[in-house]
Amino acid sequence: MSDTRPVKIKVRGLSKVFGSQPKKALELRDQGLKRPEVLEKTGQTLGLSNISFDVYEGELLVIMGLSGSGKSTLIRCLNRLIDPTEGEIIIEGENIPELSEKQLLECRRRHFSMVFQNFALFPHRTVQQNAEYGLEIRGVDKSTRQKTAADSLKQVGLEGWEDAYPNQLSGGMQQRVGLARALANDSSVLLMDEAFSALDPLIRKDMQQELLELQHSMKKTTVFITHDLDEALNIGDRIILLKDGEIVQMGSPEEILTSPADDYVARFIEGVDMSRILTARSAMHPVRATAREDDGPRTVLHKMRENGIDSIYVTTRERKLLGLLQADDADRAAKEGQQSIAGLMTQDFPSVGPDEPLHNLFAMFSDKSFPIAVVDDSRRLLGVVVKGAVLAQLAETGEQ
Amino acid sequence: MAIDIPRIPLGDWIESGLTYLTTEYSVVTRSISRLTQTGINGLNDGLMWLPEWVLMALIALLCWRLAGTRLAIGAIAGLALIWNLGLWDPMIKSLTLVVIATLVAVVIALPVGVAAALSERLYRVIMPILDFMQTMPAFVYLIPAIPFFGIGSVSAIFATVIFSMPPAIRFTTLGIRQVPKELIEAADAFGSTRSQKLFKVQLPLSLPTIMAGINQTIMLALSMVVIAAMIGADGLGNEVWRAIQRLRPGDGFEAGIAVVILAMLLDRLTQSFRKERKQ
Repeated sequence: MSDTRPVKIKVRGLSKVFGSQPKKALELRDQGLKRPEVLEKTGQTLGLSNISFDVYEGELLVIMGLSGSGKSTLIRCLNRLIDPTEGEIIIEGENIPELSEKQLLECRRRHFSMVFQNFALFPHRTVQQNAEYGLEIRGVDKSTRQKTAADSLKQVGLEGWEDAYPNQLSGGMQQRVGLARALANDSSVLLMDEAFSALDPLIRKDMQQELLELQHSMKKTTVFITHDLDEALNIGDRIILLKDGEIVQMGSPEEILTSPADDYVARFIEGVDMSRILTARSAMHPVRATAREDDGPRTVLHKMRENGIDSIYVTTRERKLLGLLQADDADRAAKEGQQSIAGLMTQDFPSVGPDEPLHNLFAMFSDKSFPIAVVDDSRRLLGVVVKGAVLAQLAETGEQ
Repeated sequence: MAIDIPRIPLGDWIESGLTYLTTEYSVVTRSISRLTQTGINGLNDGLMWLPEWVLMALIALLCWRLAGTRLAIGAIAGLALIWNLGLWDPMIKSLTLVVIATLVAVVIALPVGVAAALSERLYRVIMPILDFMQTMPAFVYLIPAIPFFGIGSVSAIFATVIFSMPPAIRFTTLGIRQVPKELIEAADAFGSTRSQKLFKVQLPLSLPTIMAGINQTIMLALSMVVIAAMIGADGLGNEVWRAIQRLRPGDGFEAGIAVVILAMLLDRLTQSFRKERKQ
């Protein structure tokens, strides 16, 4: 689905060698040697090797890897805080590695805002002045930039703190300033380098949530670096997994969890609480049989018998869910000679949206044995989840 | 101990180099000399024109604004003592020399310090020169100063500038190099030009360190101005010098105490300025 979206940044064949003889290192790489061998033979560190990916307009792309995987190098290559050794980074037709110094300044100002792990706020400037920085260096006039900065401070919930200095704020608030400074700039891409890693876990969750909300409302293309899989799964539209300067897997959070590309990814996800990540959609089955509102009790009983079930969901022709009919009630109605099932349905059954985490579904199974109905926003029936499927899904992903 | 190889005529070389410079560039040095002398006279006359109590009041006010009541009271007491001892005029002359020498030193030191901080190559060239300037005995600078600028205050300032400049350069370089790498990265990431980075991030953040350097420069300048009495610089040093020649320890200590008072005043004032900027 993401493939049809317009591409914001196109990265092709990006490599970075740290050392004095990058050519030699790349030659060895081309012969198939990996980072440790290249280091041993040439003394050159292969920071990134032949990285290619797209960042789609408006998505939140997470680049994840352990320390030394090259993720910080990668994000710094995008705005050329680090000069890549080879490869293309194309944003709106401009190839970033080929830009002159002057063009690069212009490109950074227009396209990139960055949020840093240790906040990197200017300690001699107030919160307001920090938020204004990007606009100030672009020569935006004073009243405009004050207003814009105040707006973005408001967006991150820092109204009233404009005149404070960064050292008077807590870590979480400092990073909000960092975020406001980046947002005020109104660049087309937001780069976040381990932006929440220095915060304590509770604040971190809050910030993730707020970032998601901001991202949802602003649709800002975001590249987010993290070493934390939970964080990646929580916020990422797509995840790129890096190891030793190479991409090992790229995909949606669920793709990565359910079909890890290799042992490295599998080990990475071992520690994750699967039931929290997997959603109703992943355990959902298509409905084998549904009753229609104008069916009579005998028809419905027949459908149940055919499929070996003792309750059935009733929908409209447009598959809009109306209710649940149990075999006992249908049987009684048939015996009494009723022609319609309209008054027989119960609303006392569980239903969830497709994005409901699996662990929330356990509680719903406890009392009744009905399958859980999965419905979309307009209550159309998408499928059902049975208890066995949830357990199977967890067992399957847990094994890998 | 006898050594077979002939003695290297290092001193001769330096002398002939200096002679060459004085003869070829005397036009330049003389005009610098005249210009500096005008500056010295102007500042000196201005300070002398003010009645003693007015200047005392102004200095006390400055102390009060920058550092509080205690320094203001101290300043009044110290300056009153100097006035009472009849050392007001020499004190003003010394102060003039210190102020002008410090100004010249800082004007040269700031750009040099910034350049050394930004260029690794320049850093490696400048640091040994600074070591040389600082460890060479201060008196030695007095000797070539005379052929360049003649006997008197201008030579004193020349020697003082050379002697007192190194800390201002060193601290400027240090201050700029100490700016955290993340902040430089942040400035770069938002697309700052070099000069925006320098003036909006690097210089403001290194200001406390630079002020510490300037404080050191002022202290060194004051000590050199006293020594410069040997080549005819007027001021408190001259009083000390005369006391030595006449073997009058009382006069010597009086002038010495005046130097101490002036030094403490200048030191506390510049330090308080630094602290205020830090907050």
